Order: sequence, then structure tokens, then C-alpha cells
Amino acid sequence: MEFTPRLDLRGISKRYGATQANDGIDLRVMPGEIHALLGENGAGKSTLVKIIYGVVQPDSGTIAWEGAAVRIADPNAARALGIGMVFQHFSLFETLTVAENIALGLGAGESIAALSARIAEVAARYGLAVDPGRHVHHLSVGERQRVEILRCLLQAPRLLIMDEPTSVLTPQEVEGLFAMLRRLAAEGCSVLYISHKLAEIRALCDGATVLRGGRVVGSCVPRETAPSVMAEMMIGRALAAPAAIARPAAGGAVLEARGLSLAADDPFGTDLRDINLDVRAGEILGIAGVAGNGQKELLAALTGERLAAEQGSVVVAGTACGRRGAAARRRLGLAAVPEERLGRGAVAELSLTENALLTGTDGGLVRGGFVDFAGLRRFARGVIDAFRVVAAGAEAPASSLSGGNMQKFIIGREVGHAPKVLIASHPTWGVDVGAALAIHDALRDLAASGVGVLIVSEDLDELLAICDRIGVLHGGALSPPTPVGETDIERIGLLMGGVVMEGGAHAA
Amino acid sequence: MRLERRAAASGLMGVLAPVLAVLAAALGAALLFAVMGKDPVACLHTLFVAPLADATGLSELALKATPLLLCAIGIAVGVQANVWNIGAEGQFTMGAIGGGAVGLWLGPEGGWFVLPLVLLAGVLGGMGWAAIAAWLRTRFNAHEILVTLMLSYVAVQILGWLVRGPLQDPEGFNFPQSRQFEPAATLPLLFEGGRVTIAALFALAAVPAGALLLGRTLIGYRIRVVGLAPGAARYAGFSETSAVWFCLLLSGGLAGLAGVSEVAGPIGQLLPTISPGYGFAAIIVAFLGRLRPVGMLLAALLMALLYLGGEALQITQQLPLAATGVIQGMLLLFLLGADVLVLYRIRIGGRAHG
Repeated sequence: MEFTPRLDLRGISKRYGATQANDGIDLRVMPGEIHALLGENGAGKSTLVKIIYGVVQPDSGTIAWEGAAVRIADPNAARALGIGMVFQHFSLFETLTVAENIALGLGAGESIAALSARIAEVAARYGLAVDPGRHVHHLSVGERQRVEILRCLLQAPRLLIMDEPTSVLTPQEVEGLFAMLRRLAAEGCSVLYISHKLAEIRALCDGATVLRGGRVVGSCVPRETAPSVMAEMMIGRALAAPAAIARPAAGGAVLEARGLSLAADDPFGTDLRDINLDVRAGEILGIAGVAGNGQKELLAALTGERLAAEQGSVVVAGTACGRRGAAARRRLGLAAVPEERLGRGAVAELSLTENALLTGTDGGLVRGGFVDFAGLRRFARGVIDAFRVVAAGAEAPASSLSGGNMQKFIIGREVGHAPKVLIASHPTWGVDVGAALAIHDALRDLAASGVGVLIVSEDLDELLAICDRIGVLHGGALSPPTPVGETDIERIGLLMGGVVMEGGAHAA
Repeated sequence: MRLERRAAASGLMGVLAPVLAVLAAALGAALLFAVMGKDPVACLHTLFVAPLADATGLSELALKATPLLLCAIGIAVGVQANVWNIGAEGQFTMGAIGGGAVGLWLGPEGGWFVLPLVLLAGVLGGMGWAAIAAWLRTRFNAHEILVTLMLSYVAVQILGWLVRGPLQDPEGFNFPQSRQFEPAATLPLLFEGGRVTIAALFALAAVPAGALLLGRTLIGYRIRVVGLAPGAARYAGFSETSAVWFCLLLSGGLAGLAGVSEVAGPIGQLLPTISPGYGFAAIIVAFLGRLRPVGMLLAALLMALLYLGGEALQITQQLPLAATGVIQGMLLLFLLGADVLVLYRIRIGGRAHG
């Protein structure tokens, strides 16, 4: 057992303008330890990791690497020390091969052939199945992550930083990743594992440091700590259990897709292949799947941002509207909450009042071409009150709200327009735990009031928690939605990985 | 030395920036005069004060501000939708040609309807020229900055050909010019003794109309959303294509109105050159006025003053016309510089502590 920490941070502080992102943070990672960095969005995890990887410089505090004080000027310096990092968003060139992408990261000096051999060797040792000669645009998201990990492993790191690595993986891929990380740790490499998923941290990590509001609020041994205790540390208060809501039996279909096929408009996008689904009044239908399997395309086709070839491919509240645009479908009772909040669901520069008009142009808020700003302000205030949006009033610009509050406002706005069906994409992505619970409650209430709800998400836990039925999108095809009670995470995981169930669950 | 984004841009500084830019440009102009061996104080007086000394000067100021303001309001509405009409000069010219051709064609015949027809033809001329850019943008994604700019030069060539060809005055001793317009095809003067026509009222009316359009109507809201966040516009179902067409037709129409008002007003006939660069100077007016209609009214008056002062400088101080262009350029440069400083602060030294 070695007693010199691999990495020892003392009193790290970093301020951005008015925000104290990191405030006197101490963090110690031992050799061979898998250490979790736990916290909500905005707790300061990203800033701290950027400091360790040399992307930003701390205002104060010291960094010791294997007992010696160091200054990490930039990511090159970090790599020279033996720090590798796998970012949440990959930086790979789609048109290059795996080996070429890795060569770019390593710098010159090695032939692609020699490098390919080395990649194959390291990949085999850690069970990372990747063909060095394949082009990246053919790879699944899980495979791309393996390329990023391989890029780090080839530099024989002594500390590997993983930023929210499992959000893009199927449950089976997560198991594979954990086995790889455990093996790496057994060989003496330290791992700093950033996540807010408590179950994963309990399964994987030896120690955990919990951040909240830029400070360390506690540390624990995850295996010996109850998830509720860690969650309370993370959000600073006890979690309310979701209220049970009596849901009426699902009614008639309010949103239908009938043999919906659509070619992608992006060369690296996914073609939709013969999608069939129906969202019934009063139910929540979930669509699971690894990112990049046609979610973006399906959402665009359902909301009307892209038109289908046939009028009958999409039916909203009984009216075929596959050839009609987003505004026309909204008039039929279709509301949507997009994945990106600023720049899509709302305009950052405009006030909440003005943003309320974005999808409210058909109601009584516009008269004779003129906008009724007084009515609009009342509507915005109503949304702010009903959904407990924390904002400096209805005139606050959208950019001044936190992600969770902006999401609550957007969902509240759509609910306020009294839709018949609501499509929500990743409704709690990047949202803190408290806001996520409020959003889930709002979606359940909406279904209970007889609205059909369709949720597209990569977060299986979320889908299993609130949906009545779940379908899986893989390679642009949708498996027939199954009631949640008749399926399990294992089955869904296999579908996400593209395994066709007996009986041909995947229409090819 | 590097730029660092300010946590919050000051609203007051946003308004003060154009004022500072004007002062800096005046200082720069003084320096320029001194370098050219002139008395800077006398030159500044000639440039900024002398033109306002009498009623004639004020009338000339309004005359020159009118086309600047009409063009600038159209440009500013477009910029809100991220539609950059750089070629108001060309639409101005085509407006003059359209209105002029109709006026000449109707000849001495006709009654009250002649003038409205002339104006309408001017507006349509400007719109038609801008429509080419709108079509190329929405059909082939050809950027309107390039297309409108290039079409400006084409328009000037067309005018040059017309006044030497089909529209040339047969009794004009072969000068490149058309016949004089009949009184029925000419805009009434605002008051006797000046040269300002009722076109100044069109420009004044465009100020509240522009403010109402952008601030109060659904069309204005859609334009702003298309400009600020194209993704949000697609999500909301606001058509970018319609916004492009609307903005280019509106700004083309306003520039066309400005053009026809010049030839059916102070000029009174078609000449090879009918604009001292109003369409281009209007871009400066739009930004100097913060793209807000009232701001643009003030900016148009200032820019008109620069034109008048520039002419006076040529006469009394024997300075070249290019000196006016240099001052206009300095104004835009300082304005853009001031804008950067409103949004960013300069930090000197390496990686400073935040």
C-alpha cells in the first residue's frame, strides 16, 4: 500500500465574475483508487476537473502530484504528468479512422500501422473491442467512447478522469466500462469518476467527495453509505417522495406515427425506418435509446420541423398532418419541449414574457397582428407561479435563469397552452435533482389530466420511473412499446444495443 | 493584452457609445485637418456648426437626412432578422429608375394619379431589385451581403445606360440626362424657398412605424426570433424564408421610395449619378442609431450634417470630398470600437486572477 496520494488538491478556489465556482476545495486521490466526484450540475465539478487537467488555472490553492507541488499550465502538461481525461463530449473526426484520430491526439512520430498494432494490443488487454481501421462515423456512441479511452490509455496514464461517462451507454456497455475501470485500478492507475448517478458510484467507487455550491460538503465510502444520505449531501436537503397520482385509464390515441420513414438531413444523421407508435390520452410513453439512433430525427418529424413524405405518416388528435409544419401541428394540440433550452426552446436574449409568445401566437395573445403584452405578462407570471420558477420576474431575460428553472418555465409555458399531446425531449437533462422531481411531477399531473405525453430520453432510470410504456429506438427503428411492468432494464438494454428480440421486435 | 467579457454590459454605456464615437471622430477629424495644414477649429466649425446657421441650411439638412433615414430603417429591420441588406444603394437607384421611367412615360398628360403612380413604381423598383437577393438567398442560399452589394453596381450601370439611351433627353444636346419631370410627377415642396419635399414626412412617419413593427407586432417578434435564435424559430414554426422575403422587400421598398423621392424631388430628372452614397451611409446611420428608429433619426441628422459640412469644407477650405468619406469611416470605426468596449474589458498582462 502506498501512502503518497497520487493527486492532492488543497484549498482550490476559482471565481468566474460573480460566481464562486470552486471555494477552498480539498481533494485527495490515492494510487489505484476509483474516486467519485459527486455533485449536482453547477456544484463546481467541471471547474475542478478543468483545473486538474490544466484547462483553467485556479485563483488560489495548491496541487500536489505524487507528493510534489506542480503547476499544470495546460492539458499538455497534464498529459506529461500522466493525467488522461475522457470528456463527456467527444472530440473525434467523423471522417477519419480510429487510428488516425488517436494519432492526431498523440502527435507525430509513429506510423499508422505501428500505432494500429499498439491500439489493438491495448484494446485486447482491457477488453475494449475497437477496430483501429474503421471510420469513426460508423461507430456507435459506446464505441466512440472506447476510442477516447484508448487514446488516454496509450499514454499509460496514472490518473484517468471520466466525466459522466455512462450517460451515453446501454446498461450492458456500462458493465463493460466498469470492468475495464476496475482492471485499470487494480494495475495501480487512479480514476477520478464524475457523476451524479448514485447507484453507479456505489457499485464502482472506493471513495467519494461530494461538492455543493463550489464547496466540499462531505466525503464518504459509497459502498457503506445509503443513497439517500449521499443524495441529501448533494442537494442539501431531504428529498420528498413523489406523490402517487391516480391515473385514469389511457384513452384514444392523440399522437400517431404510421409507417413513418424519413431520410436524415445530416450526412452523419440516422434515417428513420418505418416508425409506428401511438400516444394515448392520459399515458406517458417513453422512448429509450442511445443518443444518435434517430432521436433528433424522430422529434423533428413528429413536431413538424421536418415534413414527412405522406400526410398520413403523422396524426395529431385524429388529423393527419405529416405534410404540415410545426405551427399547424401546434394548432391541432401538439406541444413540444425541445432538448436544447436556450436557442431552441427559448431565446436567451428575450425576456420570459417575450419567450411566452414563442409558442403562444395562436391564442388570444395576438390581436390583429399586434401582441397583447399585458396579457402575455400575466401568462408568464402565471407560469412562474404555478411551476415555482426562480426568476427575477417576468421581465428577466431567459439567459439569467438556471437550466432547471428555464426548463420548468418552458414546460409550464407548453402546459399553459392546454395541449392534447406533449412531446418532451430529455426533460431533466442537466437539471438539478430538485427541479427534476418537480418536472416529473408536472409530467405525471399532465398525463393525469388526460394529456398524452411522449418522453424521449437516454436516462433509463427516468423512463422507468415515470412512463407507462417504453419503446426503444435503435438505428432509426422503434421497437414496439411495451408496458413498463412487462419489461426490465436488461431487456431494454439489449434492445438499445440493437439485439433483435424473438418474434422480430425490431422491424428492420 | 486580451479582451474579457464583462459580467453585465451597462445599458447606459450602450447609449453613450455612439456619443463617444461621434466625439472621437470629431477629434480624429481635427487631427486630420491639422495634418493637412488647415486650421482644425475653423474646419470643425465649417463641418458641424456653419451648416446649421440659417433656414436654408436646416432645410438642406432635412433634405439629406430623408433618404438616409428611409434606407436605414429598412436596413435595421433586416439586421434584426439577421438579413444584411448592404445594397440599399442599388435599390435606391432602381427606385429612381422605376419612378422616373413611369413619370417620363406618362409625360405632360394625366392628373392627380401621376404622382402616386410614380412613387409606387419607385417602391416596386426597389422591392424588385431586393427580391432578386431574397430569391437567391432562399432558393440557393446565396448570401445577401454579397448579392445586394454586387447588384448595387449593376443598378448604377443600368441607370448610366438608360440616361445615355432610351431615356435620354432628345433635346438635351446629347448630355447623359433625361428630360425634366413634369410638375405633376414631382413631389410638392414642404415649404416655399427650400428644397425639402413631403418625402421628409414619409421618413418621419417611418420612425414610429418601424418602432411599432419591431416592438409591438407579431411580425416584428418573428423577425427578432429568426435573427436571435434560428433554432427557436424553427421550433416555433416561424419561417425563415418569409422573414428573409419580408425584410428584403421592406428595406428594398423603403430604399426605392428614397430613390424616387430624390429624382422626383430636388433633382427633377434622371442623371447618371443621383446619390452621393446614401445607401451605404445608411448602414452607418442604422448602427449609429443602435438599430432603434428614434436613434436612427438622430443619426441620420448627424450624417446629413456631415454631408453638408463636407460640401462646405470643399468650398471654403478647399478640402477634397474624400475627407468626408474618411470622417464617415472614422465614425463607424470608433462606434464599433466603443461597442467592443461596452461588452468587453481590456486586460493587460498574462493570465490574471479573476
